[in-house]
Amino acid sequence: MYAFTYHRPASAADAAALALKHTDGKILAGGQSLVQAMKLRLASPSDIIDLGTAKDLVGISQKGNQITIGAMTRHAAVEQSAEVKQLIPALADLAGGIGDRQVRHMGTLGGALANNDPAACYPAAVLGLGATIQTNKRTIAADDFFKGLYETALESSEIITAVTFPAAKRAAYIKFKNPASRFALVGVFVAQMDQGVRLAVTGAASCVFRVPEMEKALGAAFTPESIAKIHVSADDLNSDLHAAADYRAHLITVMAKRAVSKALGQ
Amino acid sequence: MTINVSMQVNGKAASVNVEERTLLVTVLREELRLTGTHVGCDTAQCGACTVHMNGKAVKSCSMLAMQAEGAQILTIEGVAHADGSLHPMQAAFKEHHGLQCGFCTPGMVMNAIDLVQGRPNITEEEIRHGLEGNLCRCTGYHNIVKSIAAGAKAMASAK
Ligand SMILES: Cc1cc2nc3c(=O)[nH]c(=O)nc-3n(C[C@H](O)[C@H](O)[C@H](O)COP(=O)(O)OP(=O)(O)OC[C@H]3O[C@@H](n4cnc5c(N)ncnc54)[C@H](O)[C@@H]3O)c2cc1C
Ligand code: FES
Ligand code: FES
Repeated sequence: MYAFTYHRPASAADAAALALKHTDGKILAGGQSLVQAMKLRLASPSDIIDLGTAKDLVGISQKGNQITIGAMTRHAAVEQSAEVKQLIPALADLAGGIGDRQVRHMGTLGGALANNDPAACYPAAVLGLGATIQTNKRTIAADDFFKGLYETALESSEIITAVTFPAAKRAAYIKFKNPASRFALVGVFVAQMDQGVRLAVTGAASCVFRVPEMEKALGAAFTPESIAKIHVSADDLNSDLHAAADYRAHLITVMAKRAVSKALGQ
Repeated sequence: MTINVSMQVNGKAASVNVEERTLLVTVLREELRLTGTHVGCDTAQCGACTVHMNGKAVKSCSMLAMQAEGAQILTIEGVAHADGSLHPMQAAFKEHHGLQCGFCTPGMVMNAIDLVQGRPNITEEEIRHGLEGNLCRCTGYHNIVKSIAAGAKAMASAK
């Protein structure tokens, strides 16, 4: 790991000011992705701005039919939250399936979203539920946030402060795990909302994406059978040592059907 | 540049001056000479470096020492009783042959102690899920799972 200067901001505003000043610096959340990337010298920030001391970024609050989760809230806290389990059980379930329990004790919602790993779980929930991402500057809709491979709408010194998730009538997340890393080889989040059905796929392509054809079919009939014959083209999907693109394409339909069954409590 | 990091390690105050890029595991092993915490993979996969930070199992190879500023850290050296007798979870590993070479054992025991907290009747399936972040190249896990189930009961009755 290359040397850097370490900063400990007391609040999100302090962190934002530091990020603006040190343009070659990086925000540190749980460190579960960034510290390893720095050890491999894939990242070599001049400065580290540790959000661990920014207490205003931690917490879970419920307001009506919505849950707002602070960016520094650990995966384990979301997994165990009574409010999340009650209002959006699929989200608690997803958080509880990330990596392993040691990773969940450190990894954060904000870090997972800013990182936008193509195989990460949280992006599927954020896009699947149509959540909104709050930053120190603005509010970004999920549909505008995920831009590509490890790429988001965030500007270089912009900090995620919280994410607001609307409750679904029914929702579920299911992933076909990479057996070594437990990241999603293919993961599907399906949500039946008041405005219609949303279905987001992670792990399969360079970035999380929705499948409008499945959403439409599920809007007409929320059953696994209604999407059994809908296939996503393998053309833009990932091929790597873990799985070929056509296998991933096949898994999308299988996982989508299982997600619908799970949402129906079957 | 060096910077100070202070924490409680196994109940004792520890304060060291290290480079900012120092990992928590490096402070434990090289500064404090607590070499019971092992480094297996160095890439967040194997869990041999597991310690408790404020009571929760974390991988000490995957965080900066700075992230532990002010925290309570517990390592394998800190779990046995003051008279040297084993912690119930350590005793269960010994009794149920939960180790062979012993390399993964400190991380297994530290994760297990946190995992079974308040769960004397934890199931085999729950234990296996709880061990997702710990690899063992020797035992095939079977006796580790048995040890943890027994350790969970022993910890509850020791209270
Ligand atoms: C063994 C292992 C298994 C894993 N398995 C899974 C899995 O199954 N599913 C899954 O989804 N993830 C998995 N992960 C990733 C894990 O969820 C990470 O915790 C997460 O991707 C990054 O979160 P973090 O808080 O650790 O962020 P960090 O590593 O600290 O930061 C990641 C990136 O986000 C930026 N950042 C962090 N917070 C903010 C913020 N608030 N605003 C702006 N930028 C920010 C940082 O600058 C950095 O570039 C796994 C990780 C490991 C080590
Ligand atoms: S050495 Fe830390 S997880 Fe392997
Ligand atoms: S006992 Fe040898 S690695 Fe687990």
